[in-house]
Amino acid sequence: MATGAQPSSDIKQKIESANAEAVKRINAAEPVLVDIAPAREVIPGLGNRMILHSGPPVDWQNMCGAQRGGMIGAVLFENWAGSVDEASRLLENGTIQFEPTHHHQSVGPMAGTISPSMPVWVVENRTFGNRAFCRQVEGRQQFGDYSDSALEGLRQWRDIWAPSLRKGLLQMGGLELKPIIAKALTMGDELHNRPVAASSLFANALACPMIEAGVGRDDLLSTLNYITKHELLFLGLSMASGKASVDPAAGIEYSTVVVAMARNGTEFGIRVSGLGEEWFTASSPRVNGLYFPGYTEKDAGADMGDSAITETAGWGGLVLAGATGILGLVGGTPEEALAYSKEMRQITVTTSSNYRMPVFGFKGAPLGIDIRKVVQTGITPIIDTAIAHRNPGYSIIGAGLVRAPLECFKKALLRFGRKYGIAEPIKGSISPPFGKGR
Amino acid sequence: MITRCIIRKNEYYDSVFLMRVAKRISGQKGILEAAALMGTEKNKELLSDIGMAGVETSSVRPNDLIIAIMAEDEEALSAVLGNIDHWLNESLGQAGTIPYRTLEEALTHLPHSNLAVISVPGQYASREARKALEHGLNVFLFSDNVPVESEFSLKEFACEKGLIVMGPDCGTAIINGIGIGFANVVRRGPIGVIGSSGTGLQEFTTLVHRFGSGISHAIGTGSRDLSDQVGGITFLSSLEVLDSDRETRVIALLSKPPGPLALQNLIHRIMQCRKPVVTCFLGPKQDPDDANLRYRTARTLDDAASLAVQIATNNPSPHLEDRSFKFQELINRERINKSPEQKYIRGIFAGGTFCYQAQQIFQDAGILVHSNLPLEGNSKLQNPLLSVEHTLIDMGSDEFTSGRPHPMIDSGLRYERILAEAKDPQVSILLLDFILGFNASPDPAGELLPAIAEARGQARKQGGSLSVIASVCGTENDSQNIQQQVKMLEETGVIVFSSSAQAAQFCALLMASSKEKCRV
Amino acid sequence: MSDKLKDLLQNGPVAINIGIFDFAETLKSQGAEVVHLNWNPPAGGDPELIELLDQLL
Repeated sequence: MATGAQPSSDIKQKIESANAEAVKRINAAEPVLVDIAPAREVIPGLGNRMILHSGPPVDWQNMCGAQRGGMIGAVLFENWAGSVDEASRLLENGTIQFEPTHHHQSVGPMAGTISPSMPVWVVENRTFGNRAFCRQVEGRQQFGDYSDSALEGLRQWRDIWAPSLRKGLLQMGGLELKPIIAKALTMGDELHNRPVAASSLFANALACPMIEAGVGRDDLLSTLNYITKHELLFLGLSMASGKASVDPAAGIEYSTVVVAMARNGTEFGIRVSGLGEEWFTASSPRVNGLYFPGYTEKDAGADMGDSAITETAGWGGLVLAGATGILGLVGGTPEEALAYSKEMRQITVTTSSNYRMPVFGFKGAPLGIDIRKVVQTGITPIIDTAIAHRNPGYSIIGAGLVRAPLECFKKALLRFGRKYGIAEPIKGSISPPFGKGR
Repeated sequence: MITRCIIRKNEYYDSVFLMRVAKRISGQKGILEAAALMGTEKNKELLSDIGMAGVETSSVRPNDLIIAIMAEDEEALSAVLGNIDHWLNESLGQAGTIPYRTLEEALTHLPHSNLAVISVPGQYASREARKALEHGLNVFLFSDNVPVESEFSLKEFACEKGLIVMGPDCGTAIINGIGIGFANVVRRGPIGVIGSSGTGLQEFTTLVHRFGSGISHAIGTGSRDLSDQVGGITFLSSLEVLDSDRETRVIALLSKPPGPLALQNLIHRIMQCRKPVVTCFLGPKQDPDDANLRYRTARTLDDAASLAVQIATNNPSPHLEDRSFKFQELINRERINKSPEQKYIRGIFAGGTFCYQAQQIFQDAGILVHSNLPLEGNSKLQNPLLSVEHTLIDMGSDEFTSGRPHPMIDSGLRYERILAEAKDPQVSILLLDFILGFNASPDPAGELLPAIAEARGQARKQGGSLSVIASVCGTENDSQNIQQQVKMLEETGVIVFSSSAQAAQFCALLMASSKEKCRV
Repeated sequence: MSDKLKDLLQNGPVAINIGIFDFAETLKSQGAEVVHLNWNPPAGGDPELIELLDQLL
């Protein structure tokens, strides 16, 4: 063993305790929606001319088409440029900065773009006092569509829907999200690709308070129309809740629990509790999915978005068993969906004490992805996700399932071994496989 | 002719499963050769060995599935390759849709389990076995290629925990009437047996069954347990288990000659046994002085089975159907058409222990042979693919089975070897074994019949006559239908014995008589 | 002798099968309880990672 190496039973014990602490913190989270405010007012470190993007860090040259489209859309939305060409130039020459959302306590769906004047969901974890932010989920600009009609959706969110919702929210003094999430999980949601029940519950919760807060009739009607018909509305809230719930589990020495999974359409990255803020990355995988008419997998970009924070928190692909409504999307039978959740239990530290799946005999959702177990079994987290076009300028083109690449977890495990002074492994000779037995 | 292959990343299947897939694909119209294997270095070499060298496999990893097909034409090829899932799924049978991937998960489903049956590739085997032991499970370890140091530490660990490790390289066990691995359906009864080889245990248990008695437990230990490096840990714990087992009245121990230290420990333990013990250490005769005073020794598996039954049932020595009165008649018949140059025996064995025991019987009869698994005093065959003079070959040894199915599962290699032997005009006798039971080929005799018939025809063409002597190891309760197996062999002119020892003894007589004839 | 060993001998095998699928079927056909594990080489067969896992998990 190298100098400083410790007996393996020791380190195993330390890892087990650290992981137990990590999942204890995630279980203890109490996410509460406390505000809906412009990003520049609430997100720490967000510069005046900065756009946040999803996934691990990436430069303009390596940024995928859809994310570039999302960035251009955000620049136009902020009126920092008058044309697509000009917007591209500003992004390319560094006039406009961009940084990963995760570096700013934030998450964003698909391209993930958050610019200063966009109102974001502000979720506070009451147990630990930390906050997390997520932008509104829609089907166009975040997929790379920068057309004026796509940006019109953002403007309505900024000018009408977000302020109306904010009034209602402040009137009611914040909204506890844990009960909504727990209920939705028993109503067929998995809170990633299917947050339908949660979106309805959220709309129910906000309707009366908006009236009580005196939101004008036109804005009220427009906002109610928006929140009662937007099936993916709650995804932004489940993402912010996931981020707020998992963040306190980051930075625990010796913990092998994954605290972030995020993709920028070029790379898939993970962060691990005991390994600080380092990203462990691999190429973004292709999504195995279903496409809207007119599109095929040839049009598809690689996996993108911060929404895998829902899987990190123990929802999404990890609780597919309960989401019978999207069985078509996962391409199959209830048995298949069950199999996914059973499989995920084999790579997690524990199961959730809060979030349970009725179809699974009310067993808790798998919780706390452990990089050791992932590498050991070769089972990587299953993520259900939407699909963007490979080129800028398109809306959503499909949805499907994707596996986190094993490579990220292998890299993280190797770094873990080095950081915690595990002896450099001796490359043992590998004997040939068996052929007999007599 | 056209060759193509499909690589599927990260799709792992066990080798037996893949062999079955390949076999079924090979049976399709227009398919000349099919291989389905995991992308290990060894397997990649194998691909070029079977004439599929053109396949690009440099980026293929051990976890990737390779399916390579050689077909007569494009149509036949694409019919198979276009529908690979069909072949994989159909072979999967009722495997179920919920796979368990970790031991922990499997244990939550079956918390009262008491045994792990492990047959993963050798380099991973001790890791899986240790995990099973850590979870309090006994282990049946079929995998081989486990370093002897790992075997020792596993067994030592098991011993500390009061558990048992059968193996590595353990092919057979019968526990409480349930056969594990390659085992036969035998009656339950008062005889407990511990054996270092799978075929040894199969032969012993089927003979006990034929003698009218039965087996309490048959415990495999793996081939190296009684080496000094391992020290007989599993033999010793099994002996303790059987000595206190209520069903067991007699204990038999079967092994190759133990290491001196291991033997000392073993005998010390045998002396403390409350139950009668029979030992059978195949190999050169070297019984310790105290043998037969405190425990009984047997030279062959037949003797061991017979002795054990005799002690257990208090009956006079049971015997297989005595055919010795017919021996002279049979010998005369076999000698009639021999050509003068026919003088050698070739034994082509599926069971390693049978190859070993036959050498012992021949040595006792003064006949020295060449073998890839030579008994002390016999010479090592230079090239296992090429027989010289008298040769006994264990076709189940590494050089034949690496990356290919064992001859008990697939007769392909033995088939070719029989035809090769028959081309040698000096060959007079072919000695074969057929092993029935769980996991063995569903029709071992049927698979080799065409080769046997062709070999005999070849000998006639060369102006001689080939004697084919065989033993069949199995019981009437095995799924292969032993009567039918024997009948098929006899109808092809094979002289069939109920035990491998008898078959070898008959061969020794046949050879002795032909020597006499030469002298005359 | 542990309880698990006594249990194995007295009540017969209740098995977890790791590797060759047919061995599970053989046990099942004789009425034994068995769970088949869908085994994969750990860490995709990478020896360095396997060694590391042995120390960490």
